[in-house]
Amino acid sequence: MPKRKDHIISRSSEWTYELLLRYDKEISRIAESYKLDTYPNQIEIINAEQMLDAYSSVGMPLGYSHWSFGKQFLNVEKSYKRGYMGLAYELVINSNPCIAYLMEENTLTMQALVIAHACYGHNSFFKGNYLFKTWTSPDSIIDYLVFAKNYVAQCEELYGIDTVEEILDACHALMNHGVDRYKRPNKISLQEEKARQAKRAEYLQTLVNELWRTLPSKKNREQAEEETRFPEEPQENILYFVEKHAPLLEPWQRELVRIVRKMAQYFYPQRQTKVMNEGWATFWHYTIINQLFDEGLVNNDFMMEFLHNHTNVIYQPPFESQFYSGLNPYTLGFTMFCDIRRICENPTEEDQKWFPDIAGSNWVETLDFAMRNFKDESFIAQFLSPKVIRDLKLFSILDDENREDLEVTFIHDDDGYRNVRQLLSENYNLGNQEPDIQVFNVDRKGDRSLTLRYTQRNHRPLSDSTQEVLKHLYTLWGFPVKLEMLSEDGKVQLLYQCPPKKEGQESSN
Amino acid sequence: MSRFVDRRPNGRHKSAVNRQRFMRRFKKQIQEAVREAISGRSIKEVDESGEKITIPAKDISEPTFSYGEGGVRNIILPGNKDFIPGDLIRRPSHGGGRGGSQASNSAQEGMDDFVFEISKEEFLDLFFEDLALPNLVKTQVAKIPSFKSVRAGFTQDGTPANINVIRSLKDAIGRRMALSAPKKKEIEALEKELDTLLEISKDSPRINEIREKISVLKKKIENIPFIDPFDLKYNYRVRRPMPTTQAVMFCLMDVSGSMDEAKKDIAKRFFILLYLFLSRTYESVEVVFIRHHTSAKEVDEEEFFYSRETGGTVVSSALELMKEVMVARYPTSDWNIYAAQASDGDNWNNDSPRCKDILINDILPFVQYFAYVEIMPRHHQSLWEAYITVKEQCPQFAMQNIEDVKDIYPVFRELFKRQEISSG
Repeated sequence: MPKRKDHIISRSSEWTYELLLRYDKEISRIAESYKLDTYPNQIEIINAEQMLDAYSSVGMPLGYSHWSFGKQFLNVEKSYKRGYMGLAYELVINSNPCIAYLMEENTLTMQALVIAHACYGHNSFFKGNYLFKTWTSPDSIIDYLVFAKNYVAQCEELYGIDTVEEILDACHALMNHGVDRYKRPNKISLQEEKARQAKRAEYLQTLVNELWRTLPSKKNREQAEEETRFPEEPQENILYFVEKHAPLLEPWQRELVRIVRKMAQYFYPQRQTKVMNEGWATFWHYTIINQLFDEGLVNNDFMMEFLHNHTNVIYQPPFESQFYSGLNPYTLGFTMFCDIRRICENPTEEDQKWFPDIAGSNWVETLDFAMRNFKDESFIAQFLSPKVIRDLKLFSILDDENREDLEVTFIHDDDGYRNVRQLLSENYNLGNQEPDIQVFNVDRKGDRSLTLRYTQRNHRPLSDSTQEVLKHLYTLWGFPVKLEMLSEDGKVQLLYQCPPKKEGQESSN
Repeated sequence: MSRFVDRRPNGRHKSAVNRQRFMRRFKKQIQEAVREAISGRSIKEVDESGEKITIPAKDISEPTFSYGEGGVRNIILPGNKDFIPGDLIRRPSHGGGRGGSQASNSAQEGMDDFVFEISKEEFLDLFFEDLALPNLVKTQVAKIPSFKSVRAGFTQDGTPANINVIRSLKDAIGRRMALSAPKKKEIEALEKELDTLLEISKDSPRINEIREKISVLKKKIENIPFIDPFDLKYNYRVRRPMPTTQAVMFCLMDVSGSMDEAKKDIAKRFFILLYLFLSRTYESVEVVFIRHHTSAKEVDEEEFFYSRETGGTVVSSALELMKEVMVARYPTSDWNIYAAQASDGDNWNNDSPRCKDILINDILPFVQYFAYVEIMPRHHQSLWEAYITVKEQCPQFAMQNIEDVKDIYPVFRELFKRQEISSG
């Protein structure tokens, strides 16, 4: 690209459509030169109030109605009004075309930053990353949302808001345990979804009927226990299991379970790629805007404002700061992508040793490869370099409840790099962040109770809300629900059941 | 090429429905909060602002399967300054500084109670709902236009009260003149002929004939009605919306020892409702607080609700005082007078007939409405009996025995109904 001098696009901070179009054109040109592959962009200008709305529905423009979104709205509104929190400058939806919201209050510089960040950064990530490609259907998500919203509204009309709310509450409680981690879902369009919904309702019911055909009888009980378990293998997707096998649910209730499950699945990749996704988008807005400057398209004032905002975004308060609230995914992701580029362009001896495959390679291709084929957990395991650990001064602490003090285990030194990297990667494994609770057995011949099994790791107990979740599951299942724990020493122990047994049933934990 | 869309003109308040869902779900808690707020607000402040509502964290949590505290965890932190492997750190006390690498904001906020604000309108809605106000009334209280009749010329029909006498008589004169004119001309002509005939000969048979004709004509003229329905003209009035100017509201309350806090709270709601109603109807509403035990005293709101007295009860003292204040400060020509009295029904037996007399003779003729509530589940005493006879005689007097806030509204039913008729 030939360098152009004195072609500054704008000198004021007020944006106009003409200017936005100019910036978009230049940013798009630069993005293309770096081979960023994106969905077409649909950029929507909204005001602060609309941003509040968008926020509270998890960024989804067309979510179904539920009180929890209202709660979210009130919360955001409150902090916004009191000035505790600025609104996000931008919100972007994984759809095709990729919808991005720009707030009207933003200055021109911010709009340019957001366009680069969301419309070319996030957008290309949505289109390229394997998790998004596998699990989400950007072509049909908006249609599906419309379908879901209408379906929920229709159910509310037919069966009452309270009844619908009860089911949705129960499903929301199990949402994090309503995703397939490995299986691949089908992509279907709205028309198909509608057509199939009716059939599915019927078909599901026959399946359930089949399963429960045998009436429970006490005589068979002992015999039943010897029989094979159902399900034969533990099932990680509790909502899916409920949808397919809960004995008492009406067809429309099953559909509601399915809708929540679909939403959970849709958001699952985002939860798994927070660091990568934000890091990628931040890396690209930084790179693209800098190139605009190098080409003489923006002036110093523009850059000062840009850098000020950029620095805020990637600020990482140290652990003892009152503002510390975990590792900032923007910081970690941005630092890592910049570091990968550095390793490609200017590898040190250390890099040669640690990253022989990528040291000295083409950085654009290497970054593209990293973006496409990893999630946070594996991305960190693969690419977190000693230099980043040193720059961020990462260290690990062992928190063992049986010991009085916390112990510093590893720091940024030769002995520590691999371990810090390993531990950090594990922290980003969603499977480690959430307890491993799976459907273990259904007492088909007996009281039809559903047993969940918590496979304990690191002696970690379940939180106090566990019993509440079981109540919700009981609502869906309709028969007793139990939660047992498989300890690390191989013992199985009943933790909770719902409804609780009347006699003094053991209840540890 | 990107497409730009300006969404600003459309689609605001998408979350309004979710907000409503939230309000619906936590109605009980919100209602409770509103109730508390009402007792904390002064009567005149009730409709001035929204309210901050707090909902306990446990009611509002959305539970999920998650880890609790404890077990073995490895935490990665940034910003190491001088730690080396093997250093021991005192375990921070709960809540402070304990941050895993994934500590999320939502989890921390979840520990606190949920606080949010409702608007003025929502606040009033909830207050009304508490009182079981019918919807129609709610909208009326919320906005009542008042009207004034203004002259707008004359019309052919109307009620006798609106007859415009001068106009009607003028028309009658005109009609009479018009109807009698041809006959008078004829008479004139006949009289001329008669005069001529009399000069010629007094015996002409024609003379009598003419005389006869004249007397018939005169009779005909006499028979023209003095006034005819056709003449009647009525004043024509149109109703023009007008803010009525001012009203005064008397709050009378028994503060003898038997009125406890709960009863006073019910009384307060009763006064608030009347105040809200009046403040929607009148531009300015003054409130006069009169409390009494054996003697009555005009006080401010604070003292009215919150200071305690003991001793017997003489209700007439309060009515006397109200009468005096009315005469001295609120002439009926300038003021619309409303009164609300709350009591537990205790009174000296001899005093009740006196109350009745004061009401009927000195108070009720001048007030728009007088509402009495007796906050007492048990049997009624002499005051109630006396007031029942008052009620039979005076339509602007309303009374009700209440045990619960829900019983308050019926007291006002007549009042609201009247307003509805006169304004609709």
